[in-house]
Amino acid sequence: MSLEFFIVTFVKIALLLFVLLTACAYSTYMERKILAYLQNRVGPSYAGPFGLLQPLADGLKLIFKEDIVPDRVERITFALAPVVSFIPAMLVFAVIPFSSEFDLFGLLPSATEGVISDLSIGVLFIFAVTSLGVYGLVLAGWSSGSKYSLLGGIRSSAQMISYEVGYGLSIVGVVLVANTLSLTEIVSLQSGSLFNWYIFKQPLGFMIYIVCGIAETNRAPFDLAEAESELVAGYHTEYSSMRFSMFFISEYANMLAVSAVAVTLFFGGWAGPFLPPIFWFLIKILAFMFVYIWLRATFPRFRYDQLMNFGWKVLFPLALFNIMLTAAWELYKNS
Amino acid sequence: MKEIITALGRTFIRMPIGMLVVLKHLFKKPVTLDYPRKKKPMAPRFMGRQYLERYDDGSERCVSCGLCAAACPSDCIYMEPAENEKGERYAKVFEINLLRCIFCGFCEEACPEEAIFMGHDYEFSADNRDSFIWTKEDMLVKHPRKDNPFKTLFRRVRKVYGVTDKTR
Repeated sequence: MSLEFFIVTFVKIALLLFVLLTACAYSTYMERKILAYLQNRVGPSYAGPFGLLQPLADGLKLIFKEDIVPDRVERITFALAPVVSFIPAMLVFAVIPFSSEFDLFGLLPSATEGVISDLSIGVLFIFAVTSLGVYGLVLAGWSSGSKYSLLGGIRSSAQMISYEVGYGLSIVGVVLVANTLSLTEIVSLQSGSLFNWYIFKQPLGFMIYIVCGIAETNRAPFDLAEAESELVAGYHTEYSSMRFSMFFISEYANMLAVSAVAVTLFFGGWAGPFLPPIFWFLIKILAFMFVYIWLRATFPRFRYDQLMNFGWKVLFPLALFNIMLTAAWELYKNS
Repeated sequence: MKEIITALGRTFIRMPIGMLVVLKHLFKKPVTLDYPRKKKPMAPRFMGRQYLERYDDGSERCVSCGLCAAACPSDCIYMEPAENEKGERYAKVFEINLLRCIFCGFCEEACPEEAIFMGHDYEFSADNRDSFIWTKEDMLVKHPRKDNPFKTLFRRVRKVYGVTDKTR
């Protein structure tokens, strides 16, 4: 625990937070632009060249808006909920390896590994933290004192608990193959060749993971928590100004987190030829974000009972089947 | 078993097909326009806000006969005739209330002097009702004007019907 360790870690955290928040802002731009072109529209084009300053304008607008707190809210919980949903979204990135060893163009005294904290139980940490995110939504729905918020909060809690099962079980396959819970080790096991990627060893696990990941982040076609045609805006109906934007940022940070975990577990993390590792990591995440937007543009929203049936009757047995298959294969291979 | 096969077919064949249909639209030209900065060219016969034509020497064609006002189904044209020093009639006041106008083009058809035409201008929003009353000064075309897309069109029409153009 030297001073150097603290400085280097602080620099890494600051850099990651900066990049992450910028990425959150610009994924809104990316979403609007790509969604627009998928629907034969033009999308934001006024602020700056190609509308590139649109996220900045949106942010400024949200900051300067009046922070309205309705009369019948539970004040403390109401204020706490956005923070509770914001922090876990950011926290996931603490264990995700985003690069190989780097020294920031010689600015750091020695080469440091490209992850803030290389936990030996990184996968478990991710699940512990992402499950916390649901509290933000539930507390927001409950404390708002509005029926729409409450319904949105309850829906999101039921949905997230249901899909947490498939989400967790889909990764057990990867853990069985890799025989480790550390994300850096999982990435290094996948390096070398394209066919070392775990998507080729765990295609079913990956499919379950991505479906559950979309449901976990409350994105279309699983966006029942904020179904605007039924619930106005769901759990954040009563929120305005910065508190609303914190929910907004945490939604996009969650999307980025699910993409980053998918890239790390199934697509070889930062590993890739020619380009620096960080670029490969970003390219893979961008591809995932594109798929998110693509799905949103394609599929209509699930009905609530369909969502529950799908989660429990399809994804859960499939995930169990995948674990059984993987375990049997590993046993056969090692015997 | 049959259900499972149908479900698998939906997941692995139908859904990717649907997604590809959406992806195809990413490479198509957007159908919307970047409106105030880019505008769609109007059709030649588009009927927008009226304008008043002049003779080649710059004098007004309108003689304030009132036929357009008589033909107008929504009574939006108001005019007061007067005589100039040469004893020719002209419109002292010529107003069109664009809030009443239905852009039917009857005024254009009724005009014996080929003075009033439906133009291509459709952007005349305003924040008070008075701004929608367009006067003669607003609607008269600029005198020396370079191109007049209607002139060629109407010359052709006159030729077909054997009508000679009144010129000065």
